[in-house]
Amino acid sequence: MPIEIENVTYTYMPLTPFERTALRNVSLTIEEGSFTAIAGHTGSGKSTLVQHLNGLLHPTTGRVMVDGADLAAKGKAAKNARCCVGMVFQYPEHQLFEETVAADIAFGPKNMELAEDEIDKRVRDAMEFVDLDYEKYHSVSPFQLSGGQMRRVAIAGVVALKPKYLVLDEPTAGLDPQGRERLLKKIVQLHKKEKVTIVFVSHNMDDIARVADQVVFMNQGEMILKDIPQRAFFEEEKLQAAGLSAPQLVKLLKGLRANGLDVETAAFTVEKGVENILAALRRKRNAD
Amino acid sequence: MEFIQVEDMSHVYYPGQENEHAALKHINLRIKQGEFIAVLGTNGSGKSTLAKHFNALLLPTSGHCYIDGLDTLNTEELWQIRQQVGMVFQNPDNQIIAAVVEDDVAFGPENLGVPPKEIRQRVTESLQAVRMERYRKFAPHLLSGGQKQRIAIAGALAMHTKCLVFDEPTAMLDPIGRTEVLATVKRLHEEAGITIVYITHFMEEAAAADRVLVMDHGEIVEDDTPAKIFIKVDEMKRRGLDVPLAAEVAWRLRRNGIHLPQDILTNEDLVVALCR
Ligand SMILES: Nc1ncnc2c1ncn2[C@@H]1O[C@H](COP(=O)(O)OP(=O)(O)OP(=O)(O)O)[C@@H](O)[C@H]1O
Ligand SMILES: Nc1ncnc2c1ncn2[C@@H]1O[C@H](COP(=O)(O)OP(=O)(O)OP(=O)(O)O)[C@@H](O)[C@H]1O
Ligand SMILES: [Mg+2]
Ligand SMILES: [Mg+2]
Repeated sequence: MPIEIENVTYTYMPLTPFERTALRNVSLTIEEGSFTAIAGHTGSGKSTLVQHLNGLLHPTTGRVMVDGADLAAKGKAAKNARCCVGMVFQYPEHQLFEETVAADIAFGPKNMELAEDEIDKRVRDAMEFVDLDYEKYHSVSPFQLSGGQMRRVAIAGVVALKPKYLVLDEPTAGLDPQGRERLLKKIVQLHKKEKVTIVFVSHNMDDIARVADQVVFMNQGEMILKDIPQRAFFEEEKLQAAGLSAPQLVKLLKGLRANGLDVETAAFTVEKGVENILAALRRKRNAD
Repeated sequence: MEFIQVEDMSHVYYPGQENEHAALKHINLRIKQGEFIAVLGTNGSGKSTLAKHFNALLLPTSGHCYIDGLDTLNTEELWQIRQQVGMVFQNPDNQIIAAVVEDDVAFGPENLGVPPKEIRQRVTESLQAVRMERYRKFAPHLLSGGQKQRIAIAGALAMHTKCLVFDEPTAMLDPIGRTEVLATVKRLHEEAGITIVYITHFMEEAAAADRVLVMDHGEIVEDDTPAKIFIKVDEMKRRGLDVPLAAEVAWRLRRNGIHLPQDILTNEDLVVALCR
């Protein structure tokens, strides 16, 4: 069953000087097995929106249904539904608190009352998922790690829960290029092989274009677009309105086109982009 | 002596203990007043550790770090050093102190003893530079991730120091915000002659610097102009890093027999080369 966000409006600190409506009447269906990416300018409401998906925030008006259960309801169904949504927060390193990396990652699985050897296996698998060498790091304190390493530990802690829905709020921010690339690949693998439903918040349009099958643009708390990447990133006006820009690669190809090279601009991978440029150069040579 | 001069400097975390870790190994480095330096390196390579030596937040465990001729190991000069080097940390939450945005931005200059009237002006200017003037009276902890990052940047700008160290300032910003922050940094460098040390995982941003340092396992393994660094595509990828998109596309086109100049770094460079 899908996650259904129905007419959700959310106001922070109502009736105070800080009152701020961060979401306005947002409706969105996240189908089981889909890969949804959410983009938008800073402060557009992305983190507020995704924090509704595991019941951390409840709508001021509207509702969020996960597997048929209203997350704001009391009772077992809502609790179970909240538990099948794993959430990697935007600054996940704030959630680290155990004495060692392994203990931190094991915290969730332990709460699920899994067997000791299953916990151990999950910790090892999760560390591999984020490219942290088990032998080197399992007994290190998370507070002695670099920024990017801490982020990896935090992500591993959520992956170890093996959630049915995985929500990631800017998971690749602060990772080095190779780390980012590998983590993206792993997330895609999780989606394809294990059929995990992914919700992915990112400021990296090139990444979104490559991995998502549904893109959502947020602007000032409103959802202004929901479409496949192949169309979304060519909606100039909406991109501008949302304070976004097309992927670097698309911008490059468009720049070439605007300057007289007859190149096909729909490409989301470097390989495809280069192929398109070569084809255009060949056509140009033949025409000369 | 150069503005920043690092001599055979090492930094070992927890020396002599079980969790001892050599994060910097015999670094030698000279940065001239007014230079714009980008620092690249994989997670854990030592970038933040190096940066924290530039305002004496960390001290060398061996060797020396001189800022404008002052040895950071000389604690009497600590005050003077901090007045010259402002720092934007990797995680803005570690930096935000006050309960209201404008107080937070004013905190640095207040500590430097700047008169109140001037502080107000600096706060306004700095908030404008990061386009957060609307949030002047807001509580920083209630801001979004990217908004906090902008406030942290404004706080450093308001210090009016000779040198600014930015540790991944754009990690949480949207594409337009990233462009704006980089433009602000370039302006500070070009117009005010401020020395910039800019740590980033975005290769496009590093391409805007005068000089790029590449760190690997606590050592500086490359130190050159962006054009010379980013022509070595294989090597950068092998190090777990990357090159700007235009440089990679150019590299792939060259391998397909297309003749292109060696110094392509930006989309504009590539457009000029291909559409002449
Ligand atoms: N706890 C809070 N109290 C009051 N206002 C808040 C709170 N958290 C966020 N806001 C405001 O709500 C709006 C949306 O914030 P949100 O964190 O959802 O943005 P975002 O799209 O995730 O931004 P970013 O890309 O910077 O992470 C912002 O204007 C922010 O200032
Ligand atoms: N407070 C600390 N105590 C012990 N070791 C530390 C501490 N901070 C960092 N380290 C270790 O020193 C090394 C360098 O860390 P540093 O934070 O300088 O890396 P970095 O290049 O900034 O990485 P990132 O890109 O992830 O921010 C890492 O291996 C890290 O584990
Ligand atoms: Mg956010
Ligand atoms: Mg760092």
